[in-house]
Amino acid sequence: MSPMMYSLFVRAFWETVIMTVASGVISLIAGLPLGLLLVATAKGGIAENLWVNRVVGAIVNGFRSVPFIILLVALIPLTRLIVGTSIGTWAAIVPLAIAATPYYARIAEVSLREVDRGLIEAVRAMGGNRWTIMREVLLPEALPGIVAGFTVTLVTLIGASAMAGAIGAGGLGDLAIRYGYQRFETAIMVAVVAVLILLVCLIQWLGDVLVARLDKRI
Amino acid sequence: MTRQAPLPVPADAASGVADGVPNQSAAAKPVVRLDDVRRHFGTTPALDGISLTVAKGEILGLIGRSGAGKSTLIRCLNGLERPDSGVIEIEGSDIVGLSEEQLQPLRRRIGMIFQHFNLLSAKTVEDNVALPLKIAGWDRAKRLARARELLDLVGLTDKARAYPRALSGGQKQRVGIARALAANPALILSDEATSALDPETTGSILALLKDINARLGVTILLITHEMEVVRQVADRVAVIDKGRIVEEGPVWSVFSRPEADTTKALLSGVRASLPRHVAARLAPSATARGEMIVSIDITGPQAATLLPGLATEIAGWRLIHGGVETIQERPVGRFFLALPVSSLATLQAHLVPSGAHLEVLGHVADDV
Ligand SMILES: Nc1ncnc2c1ncn2[C@@H]1O[C@H](COP(=O)(O)OP(=O)(O)O)[C@@H](O)[C@H]1O
Ligand SMILES: [Mg+2]
Repeated sequence: MSPMMYSLFVRAFWETVIMTVASGVISLIAGLPLGLLLVATAKGGIAENLWVNRVVGAIVNGFRSVPFIILLVALIPLTRLIVGTSIGTWAAIVPLAIAATPYYARIAEVSLREVDRGLIEAVRAMGGNRWTIMREVLLPEALPGIVAGFTVTLVTLIGASAMAGAIGAGGLGDLAIRYGYQRFETAIMVAVVAVLILLVCLIQWLGDVLVARLDKRI
Repeated sequence: MTRQAPLPVPADAASGVADGVPNQSAAAKPVVRLDDVRRHFGTTPALDGISLTVAKGEILGLIGRSGAGKSTLIRCLNGLERPDSGVIEIEGSDIVGLSEEQLQPLRRRIGMIFQHFNLLSAKTVEDNVALPLKIAGWDRAKRLARARELLDLVGLTDKARAYPRALSGGQKQRVGIARALAANPALILSDEATSALDPETTGSILALLKDINARLGVTILLITHEMEVVRQVADRVAVIDKGRIVEEGPVWSVFSRPEADTTKALLSGVRASLPRHVAARLAPSATARGEMIVSIDITGPQAATLLPGLATEIAGWRLIHGGVETIQERPVGRFFLALPVSSLATLQAHLVPSGAHLEVLGHVADDV
């Protein structure tokens, strides 16, 4: 690999990391409250409100059912509004985060919904309010699932960020397409795939270790 | 069927130790008073007009089969469930119609223990015990000190920093009890607290509840489907069936003379009953040289002297089954005798002064 290729490679690597982490963090910050809202407003939830539940659920489903590549293009006006441009790494973060947020919200919802109802009942019986239940029961008890779900979301985002190359986002996927595929530089292709595999393994491993440390059930 | 008998209130219970406030009228005012409480789920009534009081400092056992409405009833007492109609008074104030926000301070006065413990898996034992105090706004140092105190009380000092997963079922329930006691409640609600435990652990948990009741004077409403649990701890028992209280009274009295069919069914296996092979041969009318089979229920000190006294007056009787047990420090005797038909009048006369209850169950043709 030439020094120029090498620096291109390093740059692409960091672009992938930035896109994944930034959109991952946004999807965590936005998706977790959405998941909480979905669980709390569901039938029998701590703030039952079927109307809100249906509307939020429909919006989440709507975003989830649009293929990412279409979302990427459809969101260009919004991206331009937020970032000032529709091209580049930062521009790619907008559609990535918007796609990942409902995805993560559903994952978080599943973990939160699985919290034993008896625990919620116990805290209600102590005189706890909804916020107490969220803070002391739902979030801590679902934490292993919330973290495991975040790991899955990050891994999915690494894959999705490659597609964002289509709007000139850069990153490893973009590099592999432009050099490895279009210019038949097999070494680049192999290197990209190897790094992606390592990156995914690293994230998954970190996630698993964290979950094992956090999980105090059984 | 309410029995008139003195309430067995522990000596120090009436002094209002539980809430730390001396209360002159404490002995008179019940901790819980229900009047005609009703709750329907769809068309089936889960509570069908429940009237019940729980006196300060007593342990009331509420027993019934699965689906009788016990959990619904106990959940009405802290507002987790709302009745359709009726009065629910806790320490004298009606809680029906309170909003969720208004119920929260009330719930801090009531501790609850659950069948499946319901400990938070992500918190240590001491943090679980301290949680009601955190909700009540205590600062961390104070609430942890109080949690340690309670863990001492339930014998789990060394488990304070463990997570619930490291505890056995009995230990988890001890934590549950410590947690229920944390905020110095006036009332403890226990919903099948021992139903997930083995008999030996059940015994130790019940002993702990009894001890807490005696030492702290806290009132306990204990739900169960097992008469054995009632016998071990309760002062008074109320039997619930299909959402109605069918029988109520001091435990010794209900054990000695159950009246409702539900009570009798729940008691079978817990108290002496006629051996099956004898019951199978019972005939309704007397035969030529046959014997009759009777049951005698008797409470008090006379239970122990009944049979020796009988021996001097009647010849040819035999004890088939039965004996004397002690419930609430009171002898409760139940005997099944076979005796000559001709001695019935003598037996009846002999039993009159002791207040024993005699029932002729039937006749048998020859020796059994
Ligand atoms: N949330 C509910 N929805 C519908 N039916 C219920 C509900 N809770 C209890 N019931 C019904 O009410 C009756 C009494 O239930 P419960 O109080 O749980 O009985 P127990 O605790 O004595 O076993 C049962 O027939 C049960 O099916
Ligand atoms: Mg129940």
